[in-house]
Amino acid sequence: MTRNDYLPFASRILEVIRHTDIEYTFRMAYTGEVKPGQFFEVSIPRYGEAPISVSGIGPDSVDLTIRRVGKVTNEIFENYVGDTLFLRGPYGNGFDIGLYRGRELVVMAGGTGLSPVRGVVDYFARHPEERKGMTLICGFKTPHDILFFQDLARWKETMEVILTVDCAEGDTACQVGLVTQYIPQIQLEDPNTAAAIVVGPPAMMRFSVQGLLERGIPEENIWVSQERKMCCGLGKCGHCKVGDTYICLDGPVFNYTKGKLLID
Amino acid sequence: MGFYADLEQMNRFLEKLREDSRVFAPKCFHGEGRFSDTDCIRYGEISCMEEVVLDQKSQYSFKEILNPVSQTLFFFTEDQVKEPEIPAKGAVIFMRSCDIHSLKRLDDMYLKNGPADYYYSRLRENLKIILIGCSQSFENCFCVSMGTNRSEGYQLSIDRTEDGGYRMDCRDESWEKLLEELGCRREQAEPSYVTENTVKVHIPAELDQTVAGSGMWTEYDSRCINCGRCNFVCPTCTCFTMQDLFYSENGKVGERRRVWASCMVDGFTDVAGGGSYRQKNGQRMRFKVLHKVLDYKQRNGYQMCVGCGRCDDICPEYISFSGCINKLENAMKEVAENDEK
Repeated sequence: MTRNDYLPFASRILEVIRHTDIEYTFRMAYTGEVKPGQFFEVSIPRYGEAPISVSGIGPDSVDLTIRRVGKVTNEIFENYVGDTLFLRGPYGNGFDIGLYRGRELVVMAGGTGLSPVRGVVDYFARHPEERKGMTLICGFKTPHDILFFQDLARWKETMEVILTVDCAEGDTACQVGLVTQYIPQIQLEDPNTAAAIVVGPPAMMRFSVQGLLERGIPEENIWVSQERKMCCGLGKCGHCKVGDTYICLDGPVFNYTKGKLLID
Repeated sequence: MGFYADLEQMNRFLEKLREDSRVFAPKCFHGEGRFSDTDCIRYGEISCMEEVVLDQKSQYSFKEILNPVSQTLFFFTEDQVKEPEIPAKGAVIFMRSCDIHSLKRLDDMYLKNGPADYYYSRLRENLKIILIGCSQSFENCFCVSMGTNRSEGYQLSIDRTEDGGYRMDCRDESWEKLLEELGCRREQAEPSYVTENTVKVHIPAELDQTVAGSGMWTEYDSRCINCGRCNFVCPTCTCFTMQDLFYSENGKVGERRRVWASCMVDGFTDVAGGGSYRQKNGQRMRFKVLHKVLDYKQRNGYQMCVGCGRCDDICPEYISFSGCINKLENAMKEVAENDEK
């Protein structure tokens, strides 16, 4: 008998961490294999489902950082207290930590793009001996939109962290500018063997990759994570298909040699 | 093994099948066509041969039987989730050769692209196929070009004879026994098939994604009205969207469904927060056409389009899909020349 992959399971909300007015991390009860960069279909019956990437992994929990931007997420923000959410997943390939071990690593994240890659950054913050030099460049719209503020402070202890905003709105503590303008500052001993991960909005990813290539990091050492509409996460609904690729099955994480060939 | 049956024998055969199966075939729905006083030929459950339309192409394919337009995945109450019942009976479907080929595409999508689909599998089990022979090509058909004009994947084939009877090739042992019991006489039979269509297509061997850079797609920005009819009549289109609805006033009881979706219609790629891809109709046309004749093959090893021509039949703007395929060769040359410049 074929398994019914569409039936969600109820997962208890263990903790809610508020980052901004519209972005909360929901720590959900979950035991099982899961990798950073994978995603769950999160639902509230009668409002529908939304794909949300895993932003943290605990022994008996997964973190889902949810931004209040749509029908489902609105409802999640209104009615979560002491409650459960329905989940299906995890889906997608996720990041393979092993690919970055023993290398210099650059991570560039734009906005909520930090969520899928947070697990990778956090891993190498806790295990600095497993990699060489590491730089994290994070960009947000304004100081109010900064996610994982406490993590950023902690990560600074073991790696180079560049935090920038598009518009400081009078907050003088923040650097202002696009993530791309900090690419020349990245300390690299050997660009040929360094690895890079870029996650964010399409334009940010395009220009960031371009900048990293100019720094001499080869295409095959760059990984990107893609966002698309995904109704099923199972390779069936067709919404996330780009060319011969299903983002939900073959991605959302792609090596740039493959990622650059995706023409929507 | 070949048989001949007259109308009465055929109806008794159907009656037997209906004991443990629902039988579907193209039917005429009077007055339900797209224009006033026109009929619609589409699939429905039948009880006798008189209901079956054999001399016209069905405007919609059989796919709605295995992949319903709107399918309930589960019902929910405040604290429970319940699956809908499985139909107790199997299914027998009358299909033309092109549609039998499209069944392979549905199978590959729903059973092999990612994990096997639970809801599709339930309807796919206990399916038997009656091939409707094609003695002539219909308007806009290009099955010969796509290599789908013949099919072996049937339990029974059926062709009308001049005297109003049916000539059949049976490949199912239990049905053979049944036809013998009904007194059908043995007769040499091979399903008829089309060997030439008026419409022919040529898919360039060197076709690749670079054709996206051709100017040919801009024509569709204005001609196409993104209604999505081409997707809905296509026997190989399988996309869907999840939809939740609730019945009770407190909004706590309802169901989750999946409903057909179209890559031509607005909203198909919208992500939360306002992002979307392929906003122009020409880009959507390119996405659809290349799925049917390029990237599905890259993934599965054979072309997706079966050449039934239903998309051309249905388009309110008279856009020809086969015509579009035939522009690809020049478009590839155009892209190559642009690269040289």
